[in-house]
Amino acid sequence: MRIRCPLCGERDRREYYYQGDALALNRPDADTSDHEWDDYVHNRINPVGQTRDLWQHSGGCGAWLIVSRDTVSHEVFSVELAKARQEGTQ
Amino acid sequence: MRLAGKGLIDRNSPIRFSFDGSEIAGYRGDSVASAFLASGRKLIARSFKYHRPRGVMGVGSEEANALITVGSGGETDPNVRATMQEIYDGLEVRSQNRWPSLGFDILAANDLAASFLTAGFYYKTFMWPRAFWEKLYEPVIRRSAGLGKLSGEAGQDRYESAFAFCDVLVIGSGPAGLMAALAAGRSGATVILAEEDNMFGGRLNGDTTSIDGKPGHIWAREVCDALAGMENVRLMPRTAVVGAYDHGTYGALERVGHHLSPTSNVPLECFWRIVAKRTVLAAGAIERPIAFRDNDRPGIMTAGAVRTYVNRYGVAPGQSVTIFCNNDSAYDTARDLTDAGVSVSAIVDSRADGPDFADAEVIRGAVVMGTQGRKALRSATIKTSAGPRQIATDSLAMSGGWNPTVHLTCHLNGRPTWNAEKQCFVPTAGAVPGLVAAGACNGEMTTLGALREGLAAAHVCLDALGLIPAPVSLPQADHAAYRQSPLWTVPGKGRAWLDFQNDVTVKDVQQAARENFVSVEHMKRYTTQGMAPDQGKNSNVAALAVLADATGRGIPETGTTTFRPPFVPVSIAAMGAGGRGKGLLPQRFTTSHDVSVAADAPMDESGLWYRPAYFPIAGETTWRQSCDREVTMVREVVGVCDVSTLGKIDVQGKDAGPFLDLVYSNMMSTVKAGRVRYGLMLREDGHVMDDGTVARLADDHFVITTTTAAAGQVMRHLEFVLQCLHPQMDVSLISTTEQWAQFSVAGPKSRTLLAELLGLDLSNEVFPFMSCRDLEVGGVTGRLFRISFSGELAYEIAVPARYGESLFTRLLEAARTYGGGPYGMEALNVLRIEKGFITHSEIDGRVTAADCGMAGLISKKKDCIGKRMSARPGLSGAHRMQMVGLRSVEATQTINAGSHIFAPSAEITPANDIGYVTSNCFSPALAAHIALGFVVNGTERLGETVLCHDPIRGVSTRCTIAHPVQFDPTGDRGRV
Amino acid sequence: MMKFSAFRILKEGLPGNKGWTPHWRNPDPKPAYDAIIIGGGGHGLSTAYYLAKNHGFTNIAVLEKGWLGGGNIGRNTTIVRANYFLPGNSEFYSHSLKLWENLEQELNYNAMLSQRGILSLLHSDGQFYTAARRGNSMLIQGDDARLIHRDELREMVPYLDYEQSRFPIKGALFHPRGGTARHDAVAWGYARGADQRGVDLIQNCEVTGIDIENGKVTGVQTTRGTIKAPKVAIVVAGRSSQVAAMAGMRLPIETHVLQAFVTEGLKPIVDHVISFGMGHFYISQSDKGGLVFGGDLDFYASYAQRGNLPTVEEVMRAGMTLMPALGKAKVLRSWGGVMDMSADGSPVIDKTQTKGLFLNCGWCYGGFKAVPASGVATAHLMATGRHHQMADMYRLDRFQTGYRLMDEEASGSQHNLH
Repeated sequence: MRIRCPLCGERDRREYYYQGDALALNRPDADTSDHEWDDYVHNRINPVGQTRDLWQHSGGCGAWLIVSRDTVSHEVFSVELAKARQEGTQ
Repeated sequence: MRLAGKGLIDRNSPIRFSFDGSEIAGYRGDSVASAFLASGRKLIARSFKYHRPRGVMGVGSEEANALITVGSGGETDPNVRATMQEIYDGLEVRSQNRWPSLGFDILAANDLAASFLTAGFYYKTFMWPRAFWEKLYEPVIRRSAGLGKLSGEAGQDRYESAFAFCDVLVIGSGPAGLMAALAAGRSGATVILAEEDNMFGGRLNGDTTSIDGKPGHIWAREVCDALAGMENVRLMPRTAVVGAYDHGTYGALERVGHHLSPTSNVPLECFWRIVAKRTVLAAGAIERPIAFRDNDRPGIMTAGAVRTYVNRYGVAPGQSVTIFCNNDSAYDTARDLTDAGVSVSAIVDSRADGPDFADAEVIRGAVVMGTQGRKALRSATIKTSAGPRQIATDSLAMSGGWNPTVHLTCHLNGRPTWNAEKQCFVPTAGAVPGLVAAGACNGEMTTLGALREGLAAAHVCLDALGLIPAPVSLPQADHAAYRQSPLWTVPGKGRAWLDFQNDVTVKDVQQAARENFVSVEHMKRYTTQGMAPDQGKNSNVAALAVLADATGRGIPETGTTTFRPPFVPVSIAAMGAGGRGKGLLPQRFTTSHDVSVAADAPMDESGLWYRPAYFPIAGETTWRQSCDREVTMVREVVGVCDVSTLGKIDVQGKDAGPFLDLVYSNMMSTVKAGRVRYGLMLREDGHVMDDGTVARLADDHFVITTTTAAAGQVMRHLEFVLQCLHPQMDVSLISTTEQWAQFSVAGPKSRTLLAELLGLDLSNEVFPFMSCRDLEVGGVTGRLFRISFSGELAYEIAVPARYGESLFTRLLEAARTYGGGPYGMEALNVLRIEKGFITHSEIDGRVTAADCGMAGLISKKKDCIGKRMSARPGLSGAHRMQMVGLRSVEATQTINAGSHIFAPSAEITPANDIGYVTSNCFSPALAAHIALGFVVNGTERLGETVLCHDPIRGVSTRCTIAHPVQFDPTGDRGRV
Repeated sequence: MMKFSAFRILKEGLPGNKGWTPHWRNPDPKPAYDAIIIGGGGHGLSTAYYLAKNHGFTNIAVLEKGWLGGGNIGRNTTIVRANYFLPGNSEFYSHSLKLWENLEQELNYNAMLSQRGILSLLHSDGQFYTAARRGNSMLIQGDDARLIHRDELREMVPYLDYEQSRFPIKGALFHPRGGTARHDAVAWGYARGADQRGVDLIQNCEVTGIDIENGKVTGVQTTRGTIKAPKVAIVVAGRSSQVAAMAGMRLPIETHVLQAFVTEGLKPIVDHVISFGMGHFYISQSDKGGLVFGGDLDFYASYAQRGNLPTVEEVMRAGMTLMPALGKAKVLRSWGGVMDMSADGSPVIDKTQTKGLFLNCGWCYGGFKAVPASGVATAHLMATGRHHQMADMYRLDRFQTGYRLMDEEASGSQHNLH
């Protein structure tokens, strides 16, 4: 499995740490409902097919990455730097 | 029997090796199988279940019968294919899965009971009496099952693994693969040509077909010579590509040293991960046996294998060969045999329209309905239109057609496509992204067609790579059509083998269908069809055909099971190369490691680091003596301890304060420069992640510490919060754990010691508790923190790691002048338990701040990671277990960590289990066995007596629940 | 109904094995049932069996989109154990192991339960304490556990690398009643038992929708038409999120691949189940002779039922650290199962907000040994509306409330770390 880090280029899966769904980017405000916090911390759409998830190039530059890929074929569609995104948007 | 003038072996290099103790002669280039056949032997192995006598059946890695054991002692290598093992002088080969000998095998009695050992018989019996399964039935079954035997010793063989990268990986070096490699190589692509065999050329080495007017194997050698001259081409013989993985990654096994004497200084195997931008699969095809009665006798082989033994090895597999086929390719075998002077007794062709053959009788529309001869084939019974006929024959070459080697195209869950015309499964295009199949593995069975497809596949790859194909012309070659007519089984009485290795017969598959195991997966699992070492390469399609017939379906509707990696079995040692001994994970050593080891300190591992447990001195015989002394030394004088393994993260930037407010539960932005604060970090789910100190060196510069074990996790978490949640913050993070050596100097004399050493005023007024500053020591800039993990007056002094050992030595010298010295992890643990300081024994990932009595550390003035979820009702309150101190009622009785806690009179049941002990020690200061633990509503139970119950070690200790801080509860000693 | 025995094998074998009858029928789906179980894996089949046997439900169907036993019960490493230590899990797995011990007689089917003992290796004092806490939980629960020190372990398991390994071995937590079973046979035994009690096992029947009216389940849409039922259970580990989504639910589950490996057949060498936590490696030897082993997840969300090389190699490296004497064993086959990784590493057996709709999911990679108790508990819940005592803590709302979380790995809410 190979992932193209926007900073370092294509690298082996061994260099990356996987965290989970990219919804972790959208941390709710403290006063949001229990239900929404439950969804944020625990519940997942967990799609069959295209998904967006968070990886870190832990064995390389340390950048957190938003990876769009397919959970069945493992095809990677895009990789972006999490840091490049503006806070509050997807 | 050797054939004069035939073969590609080196007749000038004779070799001798042993088989079951007797010597066999061969030549360089021989496999064990070819030399064995040349010696006139037939019986080489026993089958798995019925222990039937078996001979060599094929010629490649898919060999179903001829499994042998090679070598001895720790180097013993079981289940080796005799067809793949090259011979060398002194090679030691043994037969396996037989007792007492290959010729006389007691378990051959199973064959007589075969009627009762059919598919799934073991699911229906061995159930009574119940206790007999483990005591009797299972041990007997286990001993009679299995194939070869491991030595039980770790041998000296070396294994390696490596990465390789290329533009085009070509798998297989028959006509298609060579053509693809040539075209890709000439066009400037970096090419890896991987060939499982020791010789490039594929079937060209076993056949007599010609290319461009010369023998195929000569053409192959010339192409290889050309490839070898190209710098951009890497030829990898003896390398089987065993698995296709995501994004162009392939696993490959190179048999580096199997053909060399064990004394040669090379690794035995190398496991390659090959990353290829494009791949050409040119893996060829595997010939199908035909399922007829007793088709497993020694002397019965596939027709292609017979041809290879004749042409490549110069070996006649028998003196009188019968051929049984449903296709034209077997006629090549007949021709090559007769050309070599071997008698062909008959060609039994199931088709009515088989071709003519001048040198032997062709019996058309006929089948072999049975064979005779126990340890070697004697004769075959033929069913002809004129009635049955017996033919004396010592060798039978069968061909049921060819199965393309589609396996790698299925490794990413792709399913092959049924080709009705050719009666075989072919690869489904696109099943492995970037891979193109060419030649026989793609269902193209002619030499010319394979060459053409290889060239075309190279062009597809070059196009994708943006390379311009160099002109490579297509050679002239045979293009006679592949004519066949399906023939899977010969109906009739008796047993006809499908899976030779697992002893699965046509009847087994039919019985499975009768019992409604009609899904192909059910049939496989019920009969074990295809689960043997050849993974059904020889038999799966035929078994499918039998199942399809039994269920009234077609083969494509019946479907296939899934081919999975590895394509050929790979040793654990090869894929796990580097793991043996210390290789699994790094070992981390502190700068004081050598000094500690020199002081005879036992080194214990923690979070990959090695840390001294204690520093024994003369006269001490137990760890407790040393530990007690070190604890007392710290409490009364001064001790030095290396604490460098604690994680250290440098946090800089103008938003560093607000950032730390987010990741710590308590407020950090208000810490003043030059001050230190204890901090608690939560996971987003509200449980404690870690704790440590936060030192503010300057307004925009903090240094935080983590526990040893959680350093990596915390660093990653901080990067997550920064990059993913607050990318706008002006903060930079870097781990400096390995850059700084840090030592704790603890005890009443620590101030005097350091003030003297550093020439600094360290009085309470100038440098109070929880302060930090830069300093100079021995001309080196370092840092000083006044923090304490022992409760004593204490400092931690840090210098760049290269000066660590020298500072440690100086600190020890200074400490000794006061009667102090080094202390290890055991003493450190006692000191912190006495003080109720937590480690990951307490914050084990399941506890909350409130559980540890630190609810107040979750600031109400700000948000932090984990704050919201820690407010869930289930995460705090009287129903939770809370941290307490424990003190043994009987002074001599220990409280074992891992004990469970009960009310003294309570019955020992799960329902009455109210807590557990996390850490324990003997406290010299308190002269008592004490512990930390968690008890339901523990903070309200101070003073209660409980039972710390440890049945697994047979101990039960009455304890009093105490405040977690059992020593110096006011904390004065650290603030003096 | 054909009873299996040694006598039966003789009786059928003598005339040529022509008299064997189907293990189960191939019924067409009826228009309506009293209850439907979606999923013909281990848990679905055992649920059906116990609904019929314990609660007298016979007008029920199991709907399986593929073949019976084709999920994780058909692709696991066959380990059976009761060595959990947190309340909730302890009593459940303890109960399950007791059911295992009587399973073959109950089902008249040899699932080859082999209580050969599980050894969880220990390498440090700290691990001894943690193991003691676990072992004490097991003993207090009424199960068996023993701490073994190195010398005794060496007698039992001589072929490990005790000294030169990266993690020298100091001892083990021994669970003698743990062991292995023949995984497919468990599915077949339950299927046969359910079928004999009248349960319709319907293969190649994929559920495409769940019909809900006024907050109550009324049936399901399938590739073989609409089937009505007042009670429907979702028992589809690996695909739980998709089927639950048909009822508008989002689950605390992320799906991950776990690989497993088997070697060529070898004469007996590994006589126990050995678990090497430092290397995330475990191994046993099948009765047929193959070494069956595995390690950690591939760690990225996936439904692929196959894995990648980094995990393969990590597992092999751990094996070489622990037992270099097994280095010459050759891996014959690797495969992957897809796991319902829950947010605390423990499962869910619960009602849902839709009346009549039940949920059984989140087994992570521990589902095989749970099969008997999971069936009993799910059947009990479906039949009585009340949670079975031994599975009382497997509630879905624990994540929102924080009560009774069962985080055995102590890794928090990140699904793939359990």
